[in-house]
Amino acid sequence: MNEMNAIAAVASRDVLKFFRDPARLAATFIFPFAIMALMGGTLQLNLGRSAGFNFIGFTFTGVLGMTIFQSSANGITSLMSDRQTDFAQSMFVSPISRYSIVFGKILGETLVALCTALPMIAFAVVLRVPLTPEQILLLGPVCLLCCFVGGAFGLVLLSMLTDERSSNQLFGFIFLPQFFLAGVFSPVSILPWYLEIFSLLSPLRYVVDLIRDVTYAGRAEYHKVVLFDAGLNLLAMATMFVIFMVVGTALFVRRETNR
Amino acid sequence: MKDLVKRYRKASINAVDGVSFDVRAGEFFALLGPNGAGKTTTISILTTTLTPTAGVVKIAGYDARREAAQVRRQVGIIFQTPSLDLNLSGEENIRFHAILYGLYPYRPAYRLMPGEYRRQVLELAGVLGMAEEVFRPVKKLSGGMKRKLEIIRGLLHRPRILFLDEPTAGLDAASRRNLWEYLRRVRAEYDVTILLTTHNLDEAEQADRICILDHGKVVALGTPAEVKSQLLEEHLILDAADRDQLRTELRQLEVDFQETGHFEVHLKGRSAQQVLRGLKTELTVLRTHSPTLEDAYLRILAGE
Repeated sequence: MNEMNAIAAVASRDVLKFFRDPARLAATFIFPFAIMALMGGTLQLNLGRSAGFNFIGFTFTGVLGMTIFQSSANGITSLMSDRQTDFAQSMFVSPISRYSIVFGKILGETLVALCTALPMIAFAVVLRVPLTPEQILLLGPVCLLCCFVGGAFGLVLLSMLTDERSSNQLFGFIFLPQFFLAGVFSPVSILPWYLEIFSLLSPLRYVVDLIRDVTYAGRAEYHKVVLFDAGLNLLAMATMFVIFMVVGTALFVRRETNR
Repeated sequence: MKDLVKRYRKASINAVDGVSFDVRAGEFFALLGPNGAGKTTTISILTTTLTPTAGVVKIAGYDARREAAQVRRQVGIIFQTPSLDLNLSGEENIRFHAILYGLYPYRPAYRLMPGEYRRQVLELAGVLGMAEEVFRPVKKLSGGMKRKLEIIRGLLHRPRILFLDEPTAGLDAASRRNLWEYLRRVRAEYDVTILLTTHNLDEAEQADRICILDHGKVVALGTPAEVKSQLLEEHLILDAADRDQLRTELRQLEVDFQETGHFEVHLKGRSAQQVLRGLKTELTVLRTHSPTLEDAYLRILAGE
């Protein structure tokens, strides 16, 4: 029971911090909306007809996946700034398990990422992305799963970081290629073989594709947009989540105590 | 703690190199040493946030390596740098800590917390003179207030041992004095063992025993008086209008002396009266010099 309370405390701290940071709030909401409206709108006008599907909907699903995945991964690395201010140390000298701290962080950042997903879905409805009420409801648990994979991925990154500066450098290097390899903004159904390998290794690919599985289900353009069926995406995400959690937590705990 | 060794990864020398000492229940024990002496490393190992390379550490009967969770329940720590979340209020920081220690169940707001928690927070905040400030955002508190908040947080779970890692660093003189007054009260009321690391020799001199570390090794251990007497003795400061006669008499008495402005006479087992009885020269300066801990500390660090 103590561990559950501790997980709740660690998670709620992240949510509180999110709502008390106006700059982060503004950036979290404005940036995805700007991309959806500007990039989605531009691509739709220029390429929509020849592609045979709506680019605003395509960009919405890509940006939704990217935002929640990156938000939860980024949030985990806030343990790095905690470490620099000794706040992390104050958690580590408490008698709760390191695993509870890590799980609490992932849960907290997942909740934060979900908070960013809700207005995005509302904005997609305003932009007339065709979404049924059932699809909107189903996006809830799907986004939750995507956040967990993002959080676990962030944990692996955290174990490789030494300070906030290296965090910023590594994140640019790790995330930017994934935006293109995972098909966030443009389709990746056809890629050169060497890029296909990297694309298949990108966890963001399965996150984005699972969201498209849900939003394009039953529509004519499903096969033009979606790469794998939902079961395969779920299996890939579950496998990656387990690997990232086990490796990331072990590396993180070892590094914290065995410097 | 016995034969403690810590070598950081990629380091070529040990940060802590065979340190052994014990601290008794209820004792006020100070670890003293220059930067890089191994004080913070030692405290990190004692509080289980760092794994030792070799050696045995027992806290309140529990092995720090194998029984880390039990050890953590026994200890509170005030870190060298502030370890508060600046995005939260003082009370939210305390609540976070209280839940992590399993003292109370998680509740999202202060008013939803059990009455016992609210009473404890108000009591500790009242004792520290920050009953109103405790509900303010931490980023708006002064350095002294933040330190007090950390002490409230560190004591909430009633630790048997309180680790203070340079707790007054960065505080002004008034805040330092207030903090020490409070710590004396805490020690008396809660019977808590205090292990302090510090550069400040005045603070260390208040301790029951001190341990001086240098380059990861213990170079002196004992009460402040013992450490001083091991290294330095009292000496007499003398001078006279007729300095030649005084010099001659001191030589006849076969005492060790130096002329550093005045005559500095090292007693080396003799009493001041014994020396003075042997002098006939009329003295213009006569005083005794009792060595301070600072004298001893500086001499140790100079390798004398």
